[in-house]
Amino acid sequence: METECPICGSPVELPDDVMAGELLECPSCGATLEVYEQDGTFLLKEAEEIGEDWGE
Amino acid sequence: MRIALVYERLREEERQLIRAIEELGHEPVPLHLNSNFLPLDHGKTFEADAALIRAISAAKAHASAVTLSSLGVRVVNSPEVLSICGNKLATTARLSEAGIPTPKTTVAFSLEGALEAAKSIGYPVVIKPVNGSWGRLVSLAQDEEELRTILEHREAIPSPYYRIHYIQEFIRKPGRDIRAYGTEKTFITAIYRVSDHWVTNTARGAKAVPAEYREELADLVIRTAEAMGGGFLGVDIAEDEERGLVVIEVNGVTEFKNAARVTGVDIAKELVSYAMR
Repeated sequence: METECPICGSPVELPDDVMAGELLECPSCGATLEVYEQDGTFLLKEAEEIGEDWGE
Repeated sequence: MRIALVYERLREEERQLIRAIEELGHEPVPLHLNSNFLPLDHGKTFEADAALIRAISAAKAHASAVTLSSLGVRVVNSPEVLSICGNKLATTARLSEAGIPTPKTTVAFSLEGALEAAKSIGYPVVIKPVNGSWGRLVSLAQDEEELRTILEHREAIPSPYYRIHYIQEFIRKPGRDIRAYGTEKTFITAIYRVSDHWVTNTARGAKAVPAEYREELADLVIRTAEAMGGGFLGVDIAEDEERGLVVIEVNGVTEFKNAARVTGVDIAKELVSYAMR
């Protein structure tokens, strides 16, 4: 399964057992990307930075 | 049964929870919050019998718990418990009401009030964000000069929460604190978080070491969970030289991978079993 890096447009290969919420690194530009799901398709967006209320 | 896993990031804990749900013979229903929406409609049904709230953002954890609870899903932890855990001030108030030992704590609403509050406790003091986590922006002031500097920086942060000054006595810990796991019925396990630094979060590099069982610790964890209104909780406890065990904070969406690794306790399975009880 292949999709596109939203930052540099390079192809990014998704693992066969990919799940939404996984983080991947773009092999081309090195951006940290979050997998999300839309209408049954896995897409990538730039991962959010740590938020003020993140943690336990 | 179908058990929803409500999450944002698929961390090691969330993978362990999916595995535990399957091993216990149930069906996991992953609900990635950033890919979905939920109806705010009491008549609607949701496709799971129970939901484990695992959002990494405290605000999203609480909002998703409120919504799913309204749809009639059994939610762990409940929105009420998450609301208290998400606020250090509310947590300390609740623990204090229940007679659980906590560090001496004050709350002030201005720079001047905070300086007076610290004087009443005695230096050094610790100042913490009321809704922070992972030890972020937790500061130690040795004297009034240092506290004034910290307060001036806090007052410059736009969020109104930084004008609520939660000030606590500094507990002289023996190079470690305790992270314990339990519910209102059961003590599950505990680790020491060992660090040369006074901030002992494992997210800040503290080393996890199994803690031996102590009845006093087990009782305190159960009493703490009762005081919070029940739930599957991570309880942070310091060992004070004079008073013994004091509860520092309580975590409602607790991380556990380091504790599970060093103790060998399947904390994910304990959490799923608690949700199915």
